[in-house]
Amino acid sequence: MNTNVLQVGALESEAIYIIREVVAQFEKPVLLFSGGKDSITLVRLAQKAFYPAKIPFPLMHIDTGHNFSETIEFRDQLVEELGVELIVRNVQDNIDAGKVKEETGKYASRNMLQTETLLDAIEEFGFDACIGGARRDEEKARAKERIFSVRDDFGQWDEKNQRPELFDMLNGRIDLGQNVRVFPISNWTELDVWSYIQKEEIEIPSIYFAHKRKTFLRDGLIWSANDEVVFRDEEEEVEERMVRFRTVGDMSCTAAVLSNATEINKVVAEIRDSTISERGARIDDKRSEAAMEKRKQQGYF
Amino acid sequence: MNVLKIATAGSVDDGKSTLIGRILYDTKSLTEDKLQAIEEKSKQRGFDYLDFSLATDGLVAEREQGITIDVAHIYFSTKKTSFIIADTPGHIEYTRNMVTGASNSQASIVLVDARNGVLEQTYRHFFINNLLRVEEVVIAVNKMDLVDYSEEKFNQIKGEIAYLAEKSGYKNQNITFIPVSALHGDNVVNRSNKMDWYKGESLLDYLENIEFNKQEDSRVRFPVQSVIRPKTEKYHDYRGYAGKVYGGTLEVGDAVTVLPSDTKSIIKSIQFFDKEYQVAKQGSSVNITLEDDVNVSRGDMLVKVGEEPQVIKQLEATVCWMDKSPLQASEKYYIKHGINDAQVKVTNLSSLIRTDFSGKEQNPSKLSLNEIGEVSFKVSKPLFVDSYQENKANGAFILINPKTNNTAGVGFIK
Repeated sequence: MNTNVLQVGALESEAIYIIREVVAQFEKPVLLFSGGKDSITLVRLAQKAFYPAKIPFPLMHIDTGHNFSETIEFRDQLVEELGVELIVRNVQDNIDAGKVKEETGKYASRNMLQTETLLDAIEEFGFDACIGGARRDEEKARAKERIFSVRDDFGQWDEKNQRPELFDMLNGRIDLGQNVRVFPISNWTELDVWSYIQKEEIEIPSIYFAHKRKTFLRDGLIWSANDEVVFRDEEEEVEERMVRFRTVGDMSCTAAVLSNATEINKVVAEIRDSTISERGARIDDKRSEAAMEKRKQQGYF
Repeated sequence: MNVLKIATAGSVDDGKSTLIGRILYDTKSLTEDKLQAIEEKSKQRGFDYLDFSLATDGLVAEREQGITIDVAHIYFSTKKTSFIIADTPGHIEYTRNMVTGASNSQASIVLVDARNGVLEQTYRHFFINNLLRVEEVVIAVNKMDLVDYSEEKFNQIKGEIAYLAEKSGYKNQNITFIPVSALHGDNVVNRSNKMDWYKGESLLDYLENIEFNKQEDSRVRFPVQSVIRPKTEKYHDYRGYAGKVYGGTLEVGDAVTVLPSDTKSIIKSIQFFDKEYQVAKQGSSVNITLEDDVNVSRGDMLVKVGEEPQVIKQLEATVCWMDKSPLQASEKYYIKHGINDAQVKVTNLSSLIRTDFSGKEQNPSKLSLNEIGEVSFKVSKPLFVDSYQENKANGAFILINPKTNNTAGVGFIK
């Protein structure tokens, strides 16, 4: 006989409850998977929510074509282990079709272009709920985001007209053409995610751990030197540094940090003592004070 | 680590954002880049101090107007506790946001400006915390530096609140008074040396020492969110009931009643991911199997035999209205009680409750946005409810406007 007493942690229990509500309230949910630590955490929570059954929705990756190769390898391996369906839609296809225009120059990034591909994919498959790994502690505009966030046909977020969320009751009623973005780990902090990965012994892509990489410095940040993807001035000298990534987005807008943390316990210790915020290493957020809010209104994750 | 959810309410004038910014600063929760942004902005605006409100007011409109218009969530942690602050504006037109913030919180901070004393806004904050039965309420008397750290002033405010507390319907509320200066950091994180007359804890010390999960000993409720059927060789006949445990604990071997069918069974196993447990404590999202092959589906509820809730088709509740189109007699709405969906029709609107403790207005014609009233409903199917007083999770519901699908109100069952 088992004598164990179970107390599921408040944040984990809340996330599992939310994911179960998505499946109960929507016809066609999908989990937006980037290969980053937050979406990997979501996958584990989804596993727990439905175990011993399989995760009852597909994963979808909006691929900018500028991802770190380690992330893509990891993604394919994870999907195979779980036996879930993976949908990949490429930003490159929209560029080739002339539907979106690629940025050029020093700070060019495909991050913004993901929105268009995402909205197309939502329409193509008729997804009514997209589960994402955004957290409220990441950024000021996200601090006001709901757990069930209603978007219109254009994917727009109307921040002044959001539904109140009381207790843990989630209102998923929508009109035809609307869809909902769902954020089960809204209330987690970066440290919560890392501590969870540590406790659960969840595998994550190798670029999250310290490794030697060819890099260059710009604006006080460490950029990955990959001339095919990241524009670099000649005077921006390439040097090999011991680095890891705290967040894994598009290669053109994700900076590395100097680190010797080669395994999870060391990473958690570093995050705990960190004096710079996670999105401080996201170049796309630095464009203006309202950068994230503007992108969200246009249908970004 | 413990997680404590706290609601704060107040206007910019009360120094609420400054208080939160001060907590973040003194607990070293502001990272260098965020601090740098605050320093630059403060300088740009010509302030000779750090404007900590810049750390919390997130939306563009808010920064433009210098107001807070929605619920913002702020995170910080100490060695002992992870804190989540739901920060809401304090004006009457934001009553719905305050109610929302308080609904998800175990503790609440009500800010009072020491110079102005108890105002209409203070009444409202206090009233909402009463209505929602928030167990721990801190009255933070702020701007003590501007009243010469006067004990007399502090005691006067204390007396006024104590008078309100006598009028309140919720007597078990723990009310704590702390004199602070958010601007200078007195009694926020660190004890102040300017108020020797105050012998209590600093605000943060107090918050860290709050006891958790007090509702543990009420009657347990297990609403079934979904039925898990793997349909694989190994789990051929498996039927697991997925849900969250509310208000008590469940144990393998417990005799349970399934509602609404009223069939009885026994808990065979409690599972969480790939492990089995003997006992599941409150708040845990688990998977339960029963000894007997009974018919259970989403929206059903498992409870212990002998602890059955009321099964009702008429609802009496206090309602806070949150929609632009008012609640009126004979209107129909969707109701979501926990995870259970039904329809309701308003049969009677008996009173409007004033949020300043001055009583009720009988038989109003409607309940408008941000108003609170007593309402009776007819329900389209039986609901299994407790009074909000007995079991918060099973005693609350939301109403949804069928024309817009917006969440239009929240109700607390009597």
